[in-house]
Amino acid sequence: MYSFEYHNPASQKEAEELLASTDNPSLLAGGQTLLPALKHRLAEPSDLIDLKGIDGLSGIREENGAIVIGAATTHCEVSESELVAKRIPALAKLAGGIGDQQVRHRGTIGGSVANNDPAADYPAGCVGLGATIRTNRREMGADNFFVDLFETALGEDEMILAVSFPIPDQAAYIKFPNPASRYALVGVMLSKTGGDVRVAITGAGSSGVFRDSHIETALSKDFSVDAIDGSGVDEAEISADIHASAEYRKHLIGEMARRAVEAASGS
Amino acid sequence: MTEVKMTVNGKAVSGTVEGRTLLSQFLREDLEMTGTHIGCDTSQCGACVVHVDGQAVKSCAMFAAEADGAEVTTIEGMANADGSLSTLQQAFQDHHGLQCGFCTPGMVMSAAALLAENPKPSEAEIRHYLEGNICRCTGYHNIVKAIQAASGQDVAIAAE
Repeated sequence: MYSFEYHNPASQKEAEELLASTDNPSLLAGGQTLLPALKHRLAEPSDLIDLKGIDGLSGIREENGAIVIGAATTHCEVSESELVAKRIPALAKLAGGIGDQQVRHRGTIGGSVANNDPAADYPAGCVGLGATIRTNRREMGADNFFVDLFETALGEDEMILAVSFPIPDQAAYIKFPNPASRYALVGVMLSKTGGDVRVAITGAGSSGVFRDSHIETALSKDFSVDAIDGSGVDEAEISADIHASAEYRKHLIGEMARRAVEAASGS
Repeated sequence: MTEVKMTVNGKAVSGTVEGRTLLSQFLREDLEMTGTHIGCDTSQCGACVVHVDGQAVKSCAMFAAEADGAEVTTIEGMANADGSLSTLQQAFQDHHGLQCGFCTPGMVMSAAALLAENPKPSEAEIRHYLEGNICRCTGYHNIVKAIQAASGQDVAIAAE
């Protein structure tokens, strides 16, 4: 790992000042992806700005029909939250399936969302539930936030403060985990709010998370397992690697979507 | 360089570390407590699991500076005050929950965290909680048995 200066600011203001005044800073939340990346020398920040000491950056609350989760809230806190379990059980389930328990004790929603790993669970959670990402500069809809592999709309001086999830009528998250890494080979977050259906896919997109409009349209007309005749996405847009071919991933999208409809209908 | 102070197994410790010093490295190299093992150093294997403020974490995936002010418990803090094995450690021995022993510090620390959260876990709950701990010798069966036994649940003693 390259050397860097570690900072532990006590306030958002102090963190913003460090972001502005240092050469090549990186924000540190739970570090469960950042540390492995640093060990592989995939990044060389001059300064790491730890966000965990900032008051008010973690915690879960209900606000105007939405569940608002602070950026530094851990996956474990989300998965064990009674409020999340009551309002959006699919989100609690998603958080409880990330990595392993020791990683969930450290990893945070803000870190996962900012990292935008193409196989991570939270990007699908955000897009599939129509979340809003709140930063120190603005609010962004999840549809516009995730740009490409490991790339988001975040500016250099921007930090995520919270993610706000509108409470859906029904939702489910189903993933087919890679048996070794437990990252999603394909993961589907499905939600239904009134007549609005969202189907977001992680693990399969060659540019990261995406919505499957073919399945969304089918489910808007008929919200049933039988309405899904497979993914409408072109195989050229689906990633292929040693773990699975594009054809197999495409098949899994349809299958996971069917299971998600079944799970959402049962809730 | 950063000054860090923390409590390790009930004892106040301090040190001067680089930003990039991992907690696992601080424990092993600065404090010379080598019970915490480094297996993969990529946060997969769980040999380095310790408790930070009561929660099981992978100490190779955390900087020592992040543990400033924290209460840390390592495998060295798990035995009884008189040096005898704790109930959980004894159960690992009784049920042959280890062969080479490399993963055992992490297994014991994860199991202790599980039992603190869930005093009577089912076999499925134990296996789920240990997903982040890899053992290449035992096939996990005896580790699971040991944890069930330590939680006061009936399991057959392994054959001698």
